[in-house]
Amino acid sequence: MGRTRNFYLQFGFTLLVCSFLIVPVIMSVMAGITENFFKGIASGVTLKWVWQVWDLYADTIFLSMLIAIACLACTIVLGVPAAYVLSKRQGAVARAIEELLTLPLAVPGLAIALALIVTYGGFRDFRASWLFILIGHVLYTLPFMMRSVLAVLSSADFRTLEEGAASLGAGFWRRFFDIVIPNCRSGILAGSLMVVTLSMGEFNITWMLHTPENKTLPVGLADSYASMRLEVGSAYTVVFLVMIIPLLIALQKWGQPRKTRPVVEEPELPSGGRQGGKTDG
Amino acid sequence: MVDSRGRGTSIRIRECAKTFPDGTRALEPMSLEIHGGETVVFLGPSGCGKTTTLRIIAGLESPDSGGQVWFDDEDVTALPIEHRNVGMVFQSYALFPNMNVEENIAYGLKIRKFSRGEVSSRVEEMLDMMQIHELRHRTINQLSGGQRQRVALARAIAVQPKVLLLDEPLTALDALLRERLRVDIDRLLRDLGITAVYVTHDQAEAMSLGDRIVVMSHGRVAQVGTPRQIYFEPRDPFVADFIGTMNRLSGVVENGVLTARGGSVELDEHPDGPIEILFRPESATIGNTGNSMLQGRVSGVFFLGDRTRLIIEEAGEEPVIVETAGSREFETGQRVGVDIDRDAILVL
Repeated sequence: MGRTRNFYLQFGFTLLVCSFLIVPVIMSVMAGITENFFKGIASGVTLKWVWQVWDLYADTIFLSMLIAIACLACTIVLGVPAAYVLSKRQGAVARAIEELLTLPLAVPGLAIALALIVTYGGFRDFRASWLFILIGHVLYTLPFMMRSVLAVLSSADFRTLEEGAASLGAGFWRRFFDIVIPNCRSGILAGSLMVVTLSMGEFNITWMLHTPENKTLPVGLADSYASMRLEVGSAYTVVFLVMIIPLLIALQKWGQPRKTRPVVEEPELPSGGRQGGKTDG
Repeated sequence: MVDSRGRGTSIRIRECAKTFPDGTRALEPMSLEIHGGETVVFLGPSGCGKTTTLRIIAGLESPDSGGQVWFDDEDVTALPIEHRNVGMVFQSYALFPNMNVEENIAYGLKIRKFSRGEVSSRVEEMLDMMQIHELRHRTINQLSGGQRQRVALARAIAVQPKVLLLDEPLTALDALLRERLRVDIDRLLRDLGITAVYVTHDQAEAMSLGDRIVVMSHGRVAQVGTPRQIYFEPRDPFVADFIGTMNRLSGVVENGVLTARGGSVELDEHPDGPIEILFRPESATIGNTGNSMLQGRVSGVFFLGDRTRLIIEEAGEEPVIVETAGSREFETGQRVGVDIDRDAILVL
């Protein structure tokens, strides 16, 4: 098949969209490693801004990682069982809660943060600790984990799978850990991806909740943009990318379903049953 | 291999009814005794309560209060399914996608805390029995429907359950494969001597597998009997119609002779008055137009190879279906005579 004009048009359009997305990132990275942004790349390439960022803001980076991991742990422990219960309930209340899960998308982060301050602001030690930020992040990311797990739970017949396990003698907890959790894996991983990236990049809530001792990476980034040379802020972006991209790639990899080759020897079965190689995920 | 060979667990259902929370009555109070080692088939159209009954036996549904389920001398009504030691095969197989074939079969054994050696020897035995050795390392989505059903059977019997419960296990398969697996399941049930309850809406499956058939309709038991009893001595018109093909001929009896639209049939000892008689297509023969009991006109000819199925109008109010040797040729519109084997006539 020859490549038609149509192919080149589509290819060109795809390139255009890609560059629209990626060029600002490249520009920012470039700015972070040039000697002098206003003179351009000709002024020389350097890592000194990156080191400067590391010296000034390393603690924000570690705090962001800590909060992201803690947030992930919380959303898994809270979100997966909650999604499971929701998927089992058929009533109107369960459906209403499912609808409510979209709310954090609609409510501005600042409003969530304000609500938290109004509620817990009186507890001074708690207010000043990183746990306060964690609460905000969990509140914000939990629905993403739940929705992602719910999607998987409603896509397969978990009820019959559980009945099958029960018929073999498995009590509730064995069914939950042997059957439900492993078969939700793709949903949990997709949710984890969302939670970690959202938590790492979260600014609105964190900006309201942070204290000078507890700054996360994005807050530090805003700080450096506001008070430092443009190159330093951009170098910060470089650090952020270096951290987040391997993490995303790793999570994506785990998220892939087990490699399976559909093999069918019996020349039967034109209908029913087989879902073939296209598994979850 | 199963200790209970030839002497399985008996099941007694006592006054079990099922009303769902929304008020629908899925099952009217029913009682039934299933003997040890017997295969009983629940047969009926969808919504007749057959699956509900199976799920009550399994422990997946609890009967309305007052109902009881007994396995031998043990009242299991309050036991959830995981403590009843039943083997269950589902229409959708319910195999675990996160485990391969071997792991699926071993799952129940691991829960029962069998030693590693026992687990692997039992798994081996099951793979042999179901002839699925070459599939042992495959994941579930690498299996065809027939293969999945074999694995599901192997998994259910690996734990040596007291009773084996099968919920429409062949419905999702195509006709040819259904036939083949039916033979395999029949052999398996005979070999194991296990008490089995089999739910289906397919009468051919019911007839070939069941020691006894429980025909159900609208949440009630219409008839319980051997396949022969159900076929030859249906207790009511529903059973008669549901199993095989049944002809109906209505008319008025006078002095022991039924006069119908297309002729007359001599009946023994029937009081005078209007009546409807039933007979199977194979209980009637095509005779000569002159001296047969009934006269009619052929309106449909279906050549089936070994036999020909004829639809004959004008013999009665409803068309009469007659099966005759495949060698004889008929054409639509042809006038024929119909004779009925008087011993095979049913009056319900």
